[in-house]
Amino acid sequence: MSGLRRVDVAIIGAGPAGVAAGVAARKEGAEKVVVFERDWEPGGILQQCIHPGFGLHTFGEELTGPEYMHRYLERAREAGVEFDLNTMVFQMDKPVSSDGRKAARFWVMNPSRGIEQVEAKSVVLAMGCRERPAGALGIAGSRPSGVYTAGAAQRFVNMEGLMPGRKVAIMGTGDIGLIMARRMVLEGADVVGVFEIMPWVSGLRRNIAQCLDDFHIPYYLNQSVCELHGKGRLEGVTVVEIGADRKPVSGSEKFVSCDTLLLAVGLIPENELSRMAGIEIEPGTGGPLVNELMQTSEECVFAAGNVVVVYDLVDFVSREGERAGASAARYAMGRLVKGDREFKIVPGDNIRIISPQILTASEDVTVYLRVGSPVEGKCRLRADPGLSSQNLRYARPGEMNEIKLRADKLKALAPDVTNVAIGLEVL
Amino acid sequence: MPDVKKFLCVSCPVGCSLSVTVEGTKVISVEGNTCPLGEKYAHSEVANPVRTFTSTVRVRGGSLPVCPVRSKTPLPLSRVFDVTREVAKLTAEPPIEVGSTLIENVCGTGVDIVASRSLPKR
Repeated sequence: MSGLRRVDVAIIGAGPAGVAAGVAARKEGAEKVVVFERDWEPGGILQQCIHPGFGLHTFGEELTGPEYMHRYLERAREAGVEFDLNTMVFQMDKPVSSDGRKAARFWVMNPSRGIEQVEAKSVVLAMGCRERPAGALGIAGSRPSGVYTAGAAQRFVNMEGLMPGRKVAIMGTGDIGLIMARRMVLEGADVVGVFEIMPWVSGLRRNIAQCLDDFHIPYYLNQSVCELHGKGRLEGVTVVEIGADRKPVSGSEKFVSCDTLLLAVGLIPENELSRMAGIEIEPGTGGPLVNELMQTSEECVFAAGNVVVVYDLVDFVSREGERAGASAARYAMGRLVKGDREFKIVPGDNIRIISPQILTASEDVTVYLRVGSPVEGKCRLRADPGLSSQNLRYARPGEMNEIKLRADKLKALAPDVTNVAIGLEVL
Repeated sequence: MPDVKKFLCVSCPVGCSLSVTVEGTKVISVEGNTCPLGEKYAHSEVANPVRTFTSTVRVRGGSLPVCPVRSKTPLPLSRVFDVTREVAKLTAEPPIEVGSTLIENVCGTGVDIVASRSLPKR
């Protein structure tokens, strides 16, 4: 173990959020900006997302995941961002006071240098998210091999050149599951069906069109996998219909023969380190509570990307990563200016998640949200009292919505106003 | 006799539902799109649907055993399985540069298959 390593801005995770944060932190003027990454190369999960659909907002064209990262990493190199690869942050302490400001301390391990302690003037958490695993689902039956999360299968196929199986059922309509349905068919597998417990699709509709419909893969709403069969290897699953009361319909069970089950049943922000550091977690999103500067409950710790809230588009992850990186750099240089107000965002009915949750009126802000159940038809997002409104053609759980709030309007609110209500009106 | 075809535009994540009035292979009108990409997509879907193709190729002695590839531009959806079989035959030699052509004019479609990442030697 060597002595304390000091950096200005430390970023945990070299996925799209972390890389964008690094670029912005350097552009903002921070000197030593280091991204800590446990993998052997930067890029994060986008390196296995070989399908197109990334970057329309950021680069004005549709790129694959690796191409998107390639371009962003060029920006990072030009900006002078350092990468500390093969290095895992395994513990984060509660921030300490140093020269009148807080500083973050954490521990890393690296195969050649061993264990080191790092002190950073500010930190950006960019650890991303994890897939909800089989163990969280409570499926009855045996425990054969052949059950994978969709993202694990994606890594096997796209980065390791391995096929997880030949006859595939998919549970859930998350985007990675839809993408993998097409991918498995292109690699010669038979995809027997996609089963969604809810009455609606949870991924993007275009992925139903281009991943399932294009390849004649059937999908079923209000159906779920309730039992696994097979000794050693999966031989099939029992699928059951879900009634209007959201309970399994007795007698509707059917056997579906398959040797592989892929799970695409949700993503969970990955906040083990955040919890260790004592950072307040917002129960709705599962990520740190943040203000419009992407600052958490510890003033020297910022957060961005899927660690905060699971986004639908990487372009938004990059955008918010830049915001977090710029804020972290300003904090490190002693010139982060918070607004002088504090508002709590109060979500209305049918708004399931919202980010950020706190506003200080320092700068204009984009608030991201997801609805809980779909509204098929015209509706209006409103931020009150009288801040802004936006008409929507529809609102669906699989697609994030955003509403922009102006700092001058927030500042002009009466001094006794401490809540901003964001609601959805059906027109 | 005009006919109405329904498509879901895949040009961007919005995913507009398109209603396309056609006579034979001639597009009379496009409704439901919210940008010019939808109009373009509707014409393409009626005439000859195309998609960006992505897959992987085997790599001998690379830092990964496979390298992701894409069609440089969209190619006919009807040829996707021919293309995937052709791509499966290839073993690429590292180092591979992102954007470098691995198969020219794949299956006579006029479209090249290019690497979508750089891959060093092991």
